[in-house]
Amino acid sequence: MSILVDSSTKVICQGITGAVGAFHTKGCLEYGTKMVGGVTPGKGGQKDAHGLPIFNTVEQAVRATGCEASMIFVPPPFAADAIMEAAAAGVRVVCCITEGVPVLDMVKAKAFLRDYPATTLIGPNCPGIITPGEGPGSSNPGCKIGIMPGYIHTPASHAKSGKKVGIISRSGTLTYEAVWQCSSRGIGQTTCVGIGGDPVKGLNFTECVKMLADDPQTDGIILIGEIGGSDEVAAGRFIQQNVKKPVTAFIAGRTAPPGRRMGHAGAIISGGEDTADAKLSALRVCGLHVAETPATIGQTMARALGL
Amino acid sequence: MKIHEYQARQLLTDHGIAVPPAEVVRSADEAVAAYRKFAAAGQSFCVVKAQVYAGGRGKAGFVKLVKTEAEARDAATFMLTNRMVSIQTGPEGVPVSVLLVAPGVDIAKEYYVGIVLDRGRNTAVLIASAEGGMDIEEVAAKHPEKVFKEPLHPTLGLLPYQATEIAFKLGFEGKRVREVAGVLTNLAKAFYATDASLVEINPLVVTKDDRLIALDAKFNFDDNALFKHPELEAMRDESQLNALDVRAEKAKLSYIALDGNIGCLVNGAGLAMATMDIIKFHGGDPANFLDVGGGVTPEGAREAFSILMSDPKVKGILVNIFGGIAKCDLIAEALISAGKSLGFKVPVVVRLEGTNSEIARKLIADAQKDLPQIRPANDLTDAAEKIVAAVK
Repeated sequence: MSILVDSSTKVICQGITGAVGAFHTKGCLEYGTKMVGGVTPGKGGQKDAHGLPIFNTVEQAVRATGCEASMIFVPPPFAADAIMEAAAAGVRVVCCITEGVPVLDMVKAKAFLRDYPATTLIGPNCPGIITPGEGPGSSNPGCKIGIMPGYIHTPASHAKSGKKVGIISRSGTLTYEAVWQCSSRGIGQTTCVGIGGDPVKGLNFTECVKMLADDPQTDGIILIGEIGGSDEVAAGRFIQQNVKKPVTAFIAGRTAPPGRRMGHAGAIISGGEDTADAKLSALRVCGLHVAETPATIGQTMARALGL
Repeated sequence: MKIHEYQARQLLTDHGIAVPPAEVVRSADEAVAAYRKFAAAGQSFCVVKAQVYAGGRGKAGFVKLVKTEAEARDAATFMLTNRMVSIQTGPEGVPVSVLLVAPGVDIAKEYYVGIVLDRGRNTAVLIASAEGGMDIEEVAAKHPEKVFKEPLHPTLGLLPYQATEIAFKLGFEGKRVREVAGVLTNLAKAFYATDASLVEINPLVVTKDDRLIALDAKFNFDDNALFKHPELEAMRDESQLNALDVRAEKAKLSYIALDGNIGCLVNGAGLAMATMDIIKFHGGDPANFLDVGGGVTPEGAREAFSILMSDPKVKGILVNIFGGIAKCDLIAEALISAGKSLGFKVPVVVRLEGTNSEIARKLIADAQKDLPQIRPANDLTDAAEKIVAAVK
């Protein structure tokens, strides 16, 4: 089992003819993702390097391919529009990888999405979502939508320890770090979601935790947060009241100076309650297993799982 | 992105919010001339204000009340020939090249009004308080009931009834309610028109002769939206920024100078913060935050190295790369070539994990005879321990 996407999910790429979109479409295909086409306005009717059909609009792509998910690589000025187009066309999982989307564009897109409750937005400014699988040609190829390196993941079916976790994170490479630490310990992953580093974004920690808590195959959850905002603490309170599975947390930015933007637009400390230490102590109170350093995320999860 | 107060005043004016007259000056002579002009118009005193991005001007002596031409000259000379050092600037301070000379205002009451993005609500929120002039965060912490918050509709913005409601809550009466509501409405328009992340009028004052005046203004803009606003981008004053910050920005690196002595070179913002954290955890002190991007390129890595090594505080460098799309062997080659061309004067601990890390480790090991300062690390903890020991 997994959340949001699995081996049968049909995926398109918005921005498939751009250099980055084309590169990662190839990466996803090679991983085993069921890529079924792409969208670039004005290039409808053509095919990409792998023979995937290109459409002018998402609506046409949905009608022709029955795709349920979209991976967005369009440039920042057009990204919010691409998100809204996908939602309006009935795409169920919209994953926006694009970094640098204007915040007020996202404010409008979020408001627009209220009319499309069946659509889940992931991102923007995120590595994407992956349900690890056994590769192309197998009965369970998995589904990678995004830019993460596929090979570091361990499909649930190959978990040597018998335990499988779901991972939710605001960051990219720090997620890979956690995935790698889990894989090295024989802990498989059901689904890993990079929710993105922007202040206004789609799926949040709590919504994601709910799904992983309800997934019978997921034994534990890893939550990787950052300074700024109150999303992690809200998830912590939800976990305290509703989640029986062990949850491990790491919050990056204990040494970040206040008032400075640390790469991620969302990673800025504004008041007193969004520092890493404030979040970590709140999460401890909520019963989460807190990793002291980024090097001990896998170890902390393993211990919480009784390994 | 930040701008100066005199530029913020102009933006308010452009959006229909009245600001009191003031002169922008760049020399002591111009300051005196401005003072003379206001004195001739019947002003008994003026305020000279240094135009800097950092706060803490008043305490640093860079906002001065002057009552004679000589005082105006002295204040201007002092500000233009000294760097301003405040809690927000660090010990090296910031240069001052522009001053604002404004006629003094007899204040009857001060208010705070601002609009800021509220990430919890996914929209902007109007914040207002009748306790103006003070630190609004302090008021919010001590007297939350004195700070009014009104979320703005994500697509319609501030609605007229909301502006009126806030004006009443602030205690205004009669015709002034409509006047204040007009200021709030225009402030919201300015917020959206400039893709701001923060706009503030602090203080908004009622003078003793009963006029409503925006006395000081602040705008911060969303860096992601600057491509829509070349006119705002043109206002950027690089003299107010750390020189290395500017250089890093041009190389599309995300860099922030800090106070420690361990330089960090990391791919990804989250991992970069986490790397700073683990250095601190093992007793060291990071000299910077540096994110070379998830898909780090050899050119980016070389420029990053060169920036780190031009910081005299740096006594050692920790490279932490988790290769995904970026291949570790290419990064290792870039490090080695940077080392050969720039020369490593301090220990460089290298931790490479992920795509092609095996090949990369071999490259680093082989390079050690030419570059004795390079030290490979097995994992993140090992890397942090090694660099902390190396700079002790």
